[in-house]
Amino acid sequence: MKIKAIALNTFKEAIRDRILYLLLFFAIAALIFSRLLALLTVGDRIKIITDVGLASLSLFGALMAILMGTGLVYKEIDKKTIYTLLSKPIHRYQFLLGKFFGLILTLLVMLVLMSLIFVLIILLHGAKIEWGMFVALAFIFLELCLITAVALLFSCFSTPILSSIFSLSFYVIGHLSWGLETLLNKMNPGFGKTLAVILYTLVPDLENFNFKTEMVHHLPVPLQTYLFSTLYGIMYTLFVLALAVLVFRKRDFI
Amino acid sequence: MSTAVRITGLYKSFKSEFLRQRKEILKGISLTAEEGEIFGYLGPNGAGKTTTLKCLLGLIFPDAGELEILGLPHLSLKAKARIGYLPENPYFYDYLTAAEFLRYYSQLHLLKKEETESKITSLLSMVGLEKSAHLQLRKFSKGMLQRIGLAQTLLNDPDLVLLDEPLGGLDPLGRKEIRDIIVRLREEGKTVFLSSHILQDIEMICDRVAVIVEGQVINQGKLHDLISQKILFTEIILSGVPTQELEAFGECVAAHGDNTLVKIFDEQKVQDILQLVHTRKAKIHSLVPRTESLEDLFVGIVKNQ
Repeated sequence: MKIKAIALNTFKEAIRDRILYLLLFFAIAALIFSRLLALLTVGDRIKIITDVGLASLSLFGALMAILMGTGLVYKEIDKKTIYTLLSKPIHRYQFLLGKFFGLILTLLVMLVLMSLIFVLIILLHGAKIEWGMFVALAFIFLELCLITAVALLFSCFSTPILSSIFSLSFYVIGHLSWGLETLLNKMNPGFGKTLAVILYTLVPDLENFNFKTEMVHHLPVPLQTYLFSTLYGIMYTLFVLALAVLVFRKRDFI
Repeated sequence: MSTAVRITGLYKSFKSEFLRQRKEILKGISLTAEEGEIFGYLGPNGAGKTTTLKCLLGLIFPDAGELEILGLPHLSLKAKARIGYLPENPYFYDYLTAAEFLRYYSQLHLLKKEETESKITSLLSMVGLEKSAHLQLRKFSKGMLQRIGLAQTLLNDPDLVLLDEPLGGLDPLGRKEIRDIIVRLREEGKTVFLSSHILQDIEMICDRVAVIVEGQVINQGKLHDLISQKILFTEIILSGVPTQELEAFGECVAAHGDNTLVKIFDEQKVQDILQLVHTRKAKIHSLVPRTESLEDLFVGIVKNQ
């Protein structure tokens, strides 16, 4: 109940924030741009629109998660609203979870809004909607949940600018870490490989949530892969949230 | 009478950026505020008043010490459910309207919906903001924010109200209104713990005070025990007697036209001057005996430190 109240207030705060609409504007602009790109490209237009469209949704969703997520807790501390809030009969973890779910709700609404426009563009091209697209969108949402948790963790102890840089780095590293996997396959066993394995375990692999290519080119995906990605997303998000709660639990609000 | 706030041996230090040294802010604070009283917590800026309050509310964690609220551990939700807190220079969610803001906080107290709406209406009218219920807080003045801040402290009908500089930033009329509300809270049986440096206001309403200087409680007790009731001097404004003649009685501080302000330290001389005024058919405009004020006590203590 208390978490719900904080979440709904966070949602209200995010919805009344101008930055959200700026990002939404750019996301829609990118979706329209995908149509222009399709005109200029040789090949299946629908495939290009779907690919660029889904990539835009993922990128702008992540930017929304990072920019709003990093400001969430910091703003409460900076503007000292946290003083009165934490003097109410709530636990600190309830505050943090409320913030998290509030932002997740905002992102869900934004993602649905952007997806509707995306679907509309595809329908305007006479293509039919495939279920695979919704699966790809669901995994984009799962990725956004993880990024929100990471942004929230950083905002528990850092300024919004630093937190944004950290979270953005997490996003970029997460999408490039598959390179490490390729490297691992080519390495001979030894110290170097052990080090690479440790590094690969620590570094997030956000490509686990990327089913855009499979969806666009109708490639078969085994059920285990979906299950693994879902479990990976949920466990990673829970781990990061637990870390955020630990950091926040003992923090002094000077 | 039971204890509303008990603080025993409270220590708190912060890391300073420079050379990573620790700076001690609170050096063994011990105090008690009894239920049903207005307790004044006084000290110059930087003495540690706000730090003490933040420790009590669990916003910062003390290095050592025990804190109790209404006989409960200070971090327990049961204790927090029975308190209201107004921070210094309060700032709230500027995108919410006054009513939305109070509704949000009442949800954190798990108040019932039907109870909430009537509570919000009565609290807004109590702090004189009934016309601003649907105005966004970003359009509120400092004084209005202080009022809405006071309203949110009372949402849960608390037994203990903690106010950090509640009269700061208010005009004289606003100060009087807030002071009246604080007195009314005591009449309702609530305990008010307020920190302030506006001593005249504290003097008028507090039952007991504690004076904190550089992280230590220097003096605490009932106000009339701390301040002597002895008359220090009497100030008289009169006309119809030449200033030169008045100098024999005391110090002539100022003269405007025919009016003279005389400061008299000897009580017998006050009687003599009244006699003189009577025989000369002169006129007394005001006569104010000055006893020791909280400010005198405060200045004395701080100077000694």
